[in-house]
Amino acid sequence: MSQTDTHTGAHPDLAQVEVDGLTRSSFLLKGALAAGAVYGLGAVTPFVSGAFAAEGEMGDVEILNFALTLEYLEADFYNVKGKTVGLKGQARSYAKLFGEEEADHVGALATTIKQLGSTPVAKPSFSFPATDEKSFLALASVLENTGVGAYNGAAPALKSKEVLAAAGSIVQVEARHAAAINLLIGQSPTPDQGFDRPLTKTQVLAKAGPLIKK
Amino acid sequence: MSSDSTGGREPAQSGLVERLVRDDVDRKRFLKMAGSGAAASFGAFVLAACGGSSKATSTTAAVTTASASAGGGDVAIANYALTLEYLETEFYEKVAASGLFSGKSAALIKQFGAQEKTHVEALKGAVTKLGGTPAAKPAGKFPIESAKKVTELAYTVENLGAAAYLGQAAKIQNAELLAAALAIHTVEARHAATLGTVLGRPITPDGAFAKPADMSTVLAAVKPFLA
Repeated sequence: MSQTDTHTGAHPDLAQVEVDGLTRSSFLLKGALAAGAVYGLGAVTPFVSGAFAAEGEMGDVEILNFALTLEYLEADFYNVKGKTVGLKGQARSYAKLFGEEEADHVGALATTIKQLGSTPVAKPSFSFPATDEKSFLALASVLENTGVGAYNGAAPALKSKEVLAAAGSIVQVEARHAAAINLLIGQSPTPDQGFDRPLTKTQVLAKAGPLIKK
Repeated sequence: MSSDSTGGREPAQSGLVERLVRDDVDRKRFLKMAGSGAAASFGAFVLAACGGSSKATSTTAAVTTASASAGGGDVAIANYALTLEYLETEFYEKVAASGLFSGKSAALIKQFGAQEKTHVEALKGAVTKLGGTPAAKPAGKFPIESAKKVTELAYTVENLGAAAYLGQAAKIQNAELLAAALAIHTVEARHAATLGTVLGRPITPDGAFAKPADMSTVLAAVKPFLA
């Protein structure tokens, strides 16, 4: 398994954004689509192309490090930023609980990457454009919902089924966070209705990238 | 299963895979399974849906047979999910018809029911695409007594549904089915969390890492809801 390079100046995940190529799963999918094996339902088909957008040859470790970066971001958001914007009541309890859970995600992902014989990506510095409870919660909604899309988008490309199951275990929790935050700010807990849309890495970085300083 | 609001947080030093091999004892203990005569009929139903023999004597055996049927693992998984979605859809329809809810709660129930229905349609299509026969719609029976009890039941069912999808994710072979299952899985989790907020119950009852439930556990848990 290739080592993730954590010593370059550029953020390692950003370096992957422009690379074309297909993962093995994408190749199989394209074969299936060519054979006409496309579900007759419009509800399912869109995700398929979303989940397999060409993102470059991301191995399991790269995917996990991408997830780790997002978890570092969410943990810092709740645990550090969350203490500076005057959260009260339910917002404050959510920030505390979700921050603990994101921190657990960080620890587990880092451990898993090491168990796979690779180096976890270093924690970046972040900058969150939130000044009060309202803007904090609005950003929380964006981050959690983006997190769901990120995991659902990347998971089918995972080669290891154990890692896939683990990613599923985490994304479920992100979805729970997302629903709770959305409800708190008067938004639908199911913004994508019956099917949570998978996001490409590019789409994820469009939301999360600007918050990453290093 | 922890019932406090912080969930059962485990040390973060454990890797993700270690967590997964821990058995789902907590969930089995939590799920109250009413003994009923539905087992035999449900077993026959699962077998019929997957084209297997009718010799199984228990739901677990029936499911094992169904999973190994000629339709393939993915067909069995998709039909299993379809069965659960049929039950959820029917449950929400009955709740909506009960008149127990109004306003925002009624709107949520209607919305969740509509979403479950789209899951039914997607999974029927998936089974067909995979070359299988979609499971027949089962007849459900749900206790509809009070708004609070119904909401509690919905919370249980949605948490179970999320755990069921999580329990199958790693077994799915077909990439499209996997993408669909993942997209549905997180929606069930959103439903569960929403109901948690309504009830003042945990949004993340398993803490930072959602626990999977295996097929036999889930089927045993839904037995009471089969007419």
